[in-house]
Amino acid sequence: MNLASPLSLAGLAAAMALLSALASLLTQQTPSLMRRLVMPALGASGALALVGGVLALLGGQAETLSLPMGLPWLHWELRLDVLSGFFMALIGAVVIGVAIYGPGYAREFEHGNDSLPALGGFTGIFVAGMQLVVLANDAFMFMVAWEVMSLSSYLLVAFQHEHAPNRRAAFLYLLMAHVGGLSILLGYGVLAGFGDGFSFEAMRAAQLSPGWASVAFLLAFVGFGMKAGLIPLHVWLPEAHPVAPSHISALMSGVMLKVAVYGFVRFTFDLLGDFQWQWGVLALVIGAVSALMGVLYALMQHDLKRLLAYHSVENIGIIYIGLGLSLIFLGTGHALLGVLGLVAALYHTINHALFKGLLFLGAGAILHSAHERDMERMGGLLRRMPWTGLFFLVGCISISALPPFNGFVSEWLTFQAALQAWALQSGVLRTLLPLAAAMLALTGALAAACFVKVYGVAFLGQARSRPVRRAREVTLGMRIGQGWLAALCLALGVLPTVVVGALNGIPQQLLGQGLTQSTAHGWLWLTPVSADTASYSAPFVLIGLMLAWWLASTVLRRGAVRKVRRCDAWDCGFAPPNARMQYTATAFAQPIRRVFGGLFEIEEGVSQGEDGRERHSLHVNDRIWGWIYLPIVRATNAAARRVTLIQSGNVRIYLGWSLGTLVVLLWLIS
Amino acid sequence: MVDFLNPTGWALALLQMLLFSAGAPLLIAWVKRIKSRLQNRRGPSLLQPYQDLRKLFGKEAVMAHTASPVFRAAPYIVFGATLVAASVIPLLAIELPTTAIADVIVLVGFLALARFFLALAGMDVGTSFGGMGASREMLISALAEPAMLMAIFTLTMSAHSTNLSSVIEHVLDAGLLLRPSFLFALLGLLLVAVAETGRIPVDNPATHLELTMVHEAMILEYSGRHLALMEWAAQIKLMLYGVLLSNIFLPWGIASRLDAGSLLLGLVVIVAKLAVLGVILAVSETVVAKMRLFRVPAFLNLAFMLSLLGMLSHVILEVGA
Repeated sequence: MNLASPLSLAGLAAAMALLSALASLLTQQTPSLMRRLVMPALGASGALALVGGVLALLGGQAETLSLPMGLPWLHWELRLDVLSGFFMALIGAVVIGVAIYGPGYAREFEHGNDSLPALGGFTGIFVAGMQLVVLANDAFMFMVAWEVMSLSSYLLVAFQHEHAPNRRAAFLYLLMAHVGGLSILLGYGVLAGFGDGFSFEAMRAAQLSPGWASVAFLLAFVGFGMKAGLIPLHVWLPEAHPVAPSHISALMSGVMLKVAVYGFVRFTFDLLGDFQWQWGVLALVIGAVSALMGVLYALMQHDLKRLLAYHSVENIGIIYIGLGLSLIFLGTGHALLGVLGLVAALYHTINHALFKGLLFLGAGAILHSAHERDMERMGGLLRRMPWTGLFFLVGCISISALPPFNGFVSEWLTFQAALQAWALQSGVLRTLLPLAAAMLALTGALAAACFVKVYGVAFLGQARSRPVRRAREVTLGMRIGQGWLAALCLALGVLPTVVVGALNGIPQQLLGQGLTQSTAHGWLWLTPVSADTASYSAPFVLIGLMLAWWLASTVLRRGAVRKVRRCDAWDCGFAPPNARMQYTATAFAQPIRRVFGGLFEIEEGVSQGEDGRERHSLHVNDRIWGWIYLPIVRATNAAARRVTLIQSGNVRIYLGWSLGTLVVLLWLIS
Repeated sequence: MVDFLNPTGWALALLQMLLFSAGAPLLIAWVKRIKSRLQNRRGPSLLQPYQDLRKLFGKEAVMAHTASPVFRAAPYIVFGATLVAASVIPLLAIELPTTAIADVIVLVGFLALARFFLALAGMDVGTSFGGMGASREMLISALAEPAMLMAIFTLTMSAHSTNLSSVIEHVLDAGLLLRPSFLFALLGLLLVAVAETGRIPVDNPATHLELTMVHEAMILEYSGRHLALMEWAAQIKLMLYGVLLSNIFLPWGIASRLDAGSLLLGLVVIVAKLAVLGVILAVSETVVAKMRLFRVPAFLNLAFMLSLLGMLSHVILEVGA
C-alpha cells in the first residue's frame, strides 16, 4: 500500500510513539538517550500525526486498513476519515510542542529517584493509545485503545508516587476512568445489540427506537463526560492533572480531554444519528453549568496547575455548549444552524488544546526554574523569564477569549449559533439559548478576571519568595516548545476562515451539509450564516489594532518628552511598597468569592498557632464533593460492611458460594 | 455586504475615528460643566480637558523601578483597542466598511482587551492600590458583561443580525414603535454604561480617596504621556457608550446616504443627542450618591434582570406576533 497515504502516516505515528516507549527502556543506563532518542521519536510521531491528519482533513476521503490482529472474527480495523483526521492533527500539534519541550523538563528527573524509563515509556504508550482511539473503526479496538490511554495516564499521574496526595489523586482518577469506561462500553453494547456487530459500519446501520437511542446517548454522555470532566463528573480532574509532570499535564488537559470529545462526537453525530433536541438541552445545560462553575472554582485556586485544571472544566463546558446548540438545531430540523454549532465546538476544541497545552508548559517552566506551583509565592517572573512570560501572556489572552487570538473566534461562533435562536418554534428553547449565551458571556468575563489574576500575581510585581527571585529563563528547547503553540494560537485567531474552511469537511461527512456561506467571501471574511447576519474579519482586526498602536506610539509621541525616568512607586505617597504589600491571588479573588459565596463551601477561621500567634485560614472546597460523592462513598462503605458478613476466611464456604452463583447463572440463561 | 473598495466609506470611517478622539474630551468637559452648574459652581472651561492632555503629553514620564514592559506597553494597547472599538460604531452614517469587519460581539471583545491590559497595568508595579483597583474592575466588568450582551442580544435577535449597521437599519425601518423589549434593553444598557465607564454610583472619576477608587487606582502610577493616553482612552470610552446608546435606540437623524448634507445633519443630530445624554448623566450623578462596592453587584443584577426581561418580552410577545 501507499506509504505516503494519510492513514499510513497516522499508523506510522502510533508506531513511532510505541518505538519511543521502547527506546526509553534504555534510559536506565544512559539517561541522555531521553533527549537524544526518546523525545525526538515522540516528536516524529507528532509530526507524522499532524501531517497525516491535515491531509485526511483536507482530502475528505475515508481510508481503512485491516490489521491481522484482534479477535478471530473481528480483525482490528483502522480508519482515517475527516473527523479522525482533525483529531489526529490536534494530537500531533500538541505532541510536537511537548516533545520539543520535554527534554529540558525531564532533565531534572535524571538525577532523582524517579524512573526515567517509566516516564518515557508511559508517555509513548499514552500518545499511541490516544492516536489509536481516534483511528479505531470498531468498538472492540476503541475500548482497548481507550483503556491503554486511561491506564498509561494513570501511571503517569502516579509517577511521583512517593507523595501520598499523588497516590490518592491517581486512585481517584483510575476509579472514575473505569466507571466512565464501563458506561461507554454499555453504550456501545446498546448499539451493537441493535446493529448486530461491533464494527462501526454495523452500528451506523443500526435502527434504534427513540427510547433505546436516548439510553445509548445517556450512557455515552456520562462515559465520555466523565473523561472530559463535565460537572458533576469532574472531581478527578483538578486532583489528577496538577500532580503529573507538567508536559504530561499539557497532554492530559490539552489532548486527552479532546479524545473524549472525539468519542462523544463520533458516538452521537456519526454512529447514533436521528438526533433528538432533548439531548441538546441536556448537553447545553450541563455545558453551561460546567463552564460557569469551572471558572468560578478556578478563580478560587492559588495553585497554578490546579487553577489551569479547573479551567479545563470551563472550556470543556464551552465545547459542550456548542455541541448542545448543534443537537438542538439538528433535532428541530435546522441543519445549517446545527452545522454552525458543531463547527464552533470543534473550533473551540482545537483552540483549547493549543492554549491549555501552552499554559501548562508555561506553568511547568515556572515549576522547573523556581520549584513553585503556589502563586502566592511567585511574582516578578516576567523580568526573570521574559520569553516564558511573553508566551504565557499569549496563552492568557487566548483563553480569555480576547481578539485577535484564537479563543475569541470560537466563542464568537458559539455566540452566533446561540443568537440564531429566533429560528426555533418553541418559546422555551428560544429563551434557553440566549440564557446560555449570557452564561457564556459571564464565563468569558470571569475567565479574563482569572487570568488577570494569574498573570498579574505570577509574572508582574515583585518576587514573593527567594526561589522565585532566583528563577532563570528555561532552556531553548522549552522556549521553542511554548513558542510553537503560541504561534499556532495567533495563527488560528487571525486566519479563522481557513480553519473553518478545513473544518467544513467534518459536517459535510457526518451530516451531509457544510457551512457553504462561511467562506464565500474569500479568506479575509468569516460569515458563518450569511454576510448580512454577521461578519468578522480577523486579519483586518489585527491590522486595525496594529495601526492604532502605531498611531498612538509614534504620532502622539511626537511632541512628548521621550525619556522615562525611573523612581520608587508612588502608591499615594506612602512608604515604598515591598513584596509583602502586594495584592495576593486570594485577595484578588475575594470580591468574587463574596459575590458568588453560595456556590462554594468556604471554611474560614482564625485560630491560635503553637507559637501563640493568630493564624487566619481559608479553604474553598468543591461543593460537588459534599453533595454527590461523599454520600456515594458512605453508601459504598456501608454496603461493604454488610458484605463482610459472608467473609469467613474458610475456602470451602467460598467454593460453595461460587457453585451457588454458577447454578443460578446457568438457570438464568437456560 | 457593503462595498469594501469604496474610498468614501473608508474616508468616513477615518473621519469618525478622528471625531471620536477629538470630541471625547469635550463631552467630559460638558458633563463636568453641567454638574458644576447644578452644584452652584462655575466649573472649568469646556477646553480644560484638552489643555490637560496637552500638558500631560509635554511632561516627562516617570515609572517605578519595579515596572515591567507590560506597564509601558499598556497605555498604547488600551488607547489603541478603545479607538478601534470606537471606529466600528456608526457615528454619523451607517454602512461603514468597519462595521462589517467587526460586529457588536467583537466590539465587546475590543473593550475587554483594553480592560485586560488596564487591569494588568494596575497589577504591574506591585502596589496594593493597583491590585485593589484591578480586582474591583474585573469584578464589575464580569458582572456587567452578561447584562450588556443580553441587552444587545435582544436587539440583534430582533434584527436577525449582529452587525451594528444592520441593527440600526432595522430600527429605522421599523419606525417609532414602543416595544417593551427595547425599553427594557435600553434601561439595562444605561445601567451597564454607567458601570463600565466608571461613573457614579459605581465609581467616582473625581475621587482620589484611596479606598473608593477603582479606575483611578489602576492608573495611579502613570504619569506624562502614558497617563494622557489612559485618560484619553477613558474619555473615548464614555463617548463610545453614549453614541452606542443613542444611535441604537434612537437612530433618527443618522445619515444613510453619503452626501455632505446628510452627513452634516448627522453631525448636528449626534451632537445634540450626546449633549442631552450628558445632561442626564450630570443630573443623575448629582442626585445619586456613590454606592459601597458590595452594593454594586445588586445594581448590576438589576441591569441583567432588565435586559433579561427585554429578552423574554421579545421572545414571548414579539417573535410569534
